[in-house]
Amino acid sequence: MAAMAAFILRRVFQAIIVMLVVSALAFVMFKFVGDPIAQMVGQDTSLQDRAALRERLGLNDPIIFQYLRYLGDVIQGDFGISFRTARRVDVLLVERLPATLELALVAAVFALAAGVPMGVYTGLYPDRWLSRVFQAVSLAGISLPTFFIGILLILFFGVVLGWLPTFGRGETVRIGWWSTGLLTLSGLKSVIMPAFTLGMFQLTLIMRLVRSEMLEVLRTDYIKFARARGLSNFAVHFGHALKNTLVPVITITGLQLGSLIAFAIITETVFQWPGMGLLFLQAIQFADIPVMSTYLILVAAFFVVINLVVDLLYYVVDPRLRLDRSLAT
Amino acid sequence: MSAPTQSEAEIESRLTAIGRVADGIRRFFDGDIWYSFKSSRIAVVAGIVTLVIFLAALFAPIVAPSNPYDLATLNLLDAFTAPAWIEGGSSAFLLGTDDQGRDMLSAIIFGTRVSLIVGFASIIFAMLLGITLGLISGYVGGITDAVIMRIADVQLSFPAILIALLVDGVVRGLLPPNRHADIAVWVLIFSIGISNWVQFARTVRGSCMVERNKEYVQAARIIGIHPILIMLRHVLPNVMGPVSVIATIGLAVAVLTEATLSFLGVGMPPTQPSLGTLVNTGQNFLASGEWWIAVFPGFMLATLVLAVNLLGDWLRDALNPKLR
Repeated sequence: MAAMAAFILRRVFQAIIVMLVVSALAFVMFKFVGDPIAQMVGQDTSLQDRAALRERLGLNDPIIFQYLRYLGDVIQGDFGISFRTARRVDVLLVERLPATLELALVAAVFALAAGVPMGVYTGLYPDRWLSRVFQAVSLAGISLPTFFIGILLILFFGVVLGWLPTFGRGETVRIGWWSTGLLTLSGLKSVIMPAFTLGMFQLTLIMRLVRSEMLEVLRTDYIKFARARGLSNFAVHFGHALKNTLVPVITITGLQLGSLIAFAIITETVFQWPGMGLLFLQAIQFADIPVMSTYLILVAAFFVVINLVVDLLYYVVDPRLRLDRSLAT
Repeated sequence: MSAPTQSEAEIESRLTAIGRVADGIRRFFDGDIWYSFKSSRIAVVAGIVTLVIFLAALFAPIVAPSNPYDLATLNLLDAFTAPAWIEGGSSAFLLGTDDQGRDMLSAIIFGTRVSLIVGFASIIFAMLLGITLGLISGYVGGITDAVIMRIADVQLSFPAILIALLVDGVVRGLLPPNRHADIAVWVLIFSIGISNWVQFARTVRGSCMVERNKEYVQAARIIGIHPILIMLRHVLPNVMGPVSVIATIGLAVAVLTEATLSFLGVGMPPTQPSLGTLVNTGQNFLASGEWWIAVFPGFMLATLVLAVNLLGDWLRDALNPKLR
């Protein structure tokens, strides 16, 4: 247990270091990109007034104090005011959070629900024609740029067939501060194409992973023994083989949740989905530094927490890794 | 009297140099790599496709039916012409025209050129940065190594596209907006390069650490050869195999990243469009039925990335001694 506590402590410590580095980066962006005074005052403000404002905001203090103050603000949830919209950044992001999380969640569920069966099938019957079709799909999933998949979908299902809406979230329902599009028909219709676009790459990844793990596991002795014991194919394939492939699948899916949030930037732009990614992209186009740095901190926190949880889970699930921790990271 | 002998020596040395190159070429075609290339049908097809695309991009001004940036040849009356095989198409514009009356085929060939220039430049930048940091990290060790590798770890836990977007955004913030279009190429090369150095550094560092302790390196050190020379002469050649694999797949990634940034509107400007910019422009005309403006550049991009990816896969298998 002492080893485990030490391991957890070390990982948490690393996570804190990463967050400090990222927040320092965000602060440097804040500090050196653009002039906050120029953003806040009008053309006719005198130089004296500007200097006074600079002093009052503490912009003349030693840089380390400024960083610590920034850190204090961030910890209290004060991320400053957006240059572009002149609104509080935290409010802006919280408004957009549900849209992105719902999109990422639906995409992850889709990738798992389709990727695992496809991987099992191609692993069990590598030579059937359907497996070859799946393999070709997975190659396309890797080579087709995310935005191009989205555009082809819009063209086909939106413009030619007219079945699905091509932009936006549809109608949303508010539950407390959370606005959900998953409870209305138009919301559900709207989420299909974006989630497919976003989940396609992850589907490919999961399918390939399950396939190669299945191929490996099916060669092991305990599968032969299971067959020798007269177990049905179903029990062998799903009870014994698939179960043992799931540890890496769960890990990768967990780690990919972070990527989903990041790649949502592209998907949200294609479908004009009103999430955090679209907000971030607009911030880049307008050099809206407070929004950019806040998004950076938020996404970094998300990644660090996911990495930490996955590492800890791995440690719990797979006893072999307790000796060689470096493999898990 | 000394001049002629000098030139004779020079000629001789040149001849041996030519001979060495010829030898190298002969050895390449007799060697395992070429044999494995010839016997893999996928690799040959991918290789031919890649070569055709590269050549078309290289000789774009000769190959393309028209110069899409020569405003004198553009005629707005030609705008939105459909591809040649569709009702309303014209044989003058095989793949149709865009909203400015620009020939799509020419725009795609020139766009591929821009995409490939940015892709190659950024992967070369990433390679130089990664190899340098990897050699330093592996050779010097200690705190330097720890710092470089921790940075690499942190960067690797974020997707490359996010890093490229951030760097791109920060650089744009630092520069006055009216200069964005002129230096877009450099900003892109820098941001994509920065986001891709880690794999190179890790690989190079690994083999550098192995080589460092071998006797011949120690011998070289003892006779006083400069560490930089040791690294370049003895360590670097040992990692060229894996580095070439990473660079090939990295080229596909870099082209894809460039296309994505341009599609998002923070990459190449519409005055110098890459394939991604073309798709971005074409996206506006999807709903009104002019699908070819977005779809053809997209397919070109997908074909290029797929072909380069397949080549990279083949190269990885061919250089992997375990699979022989």
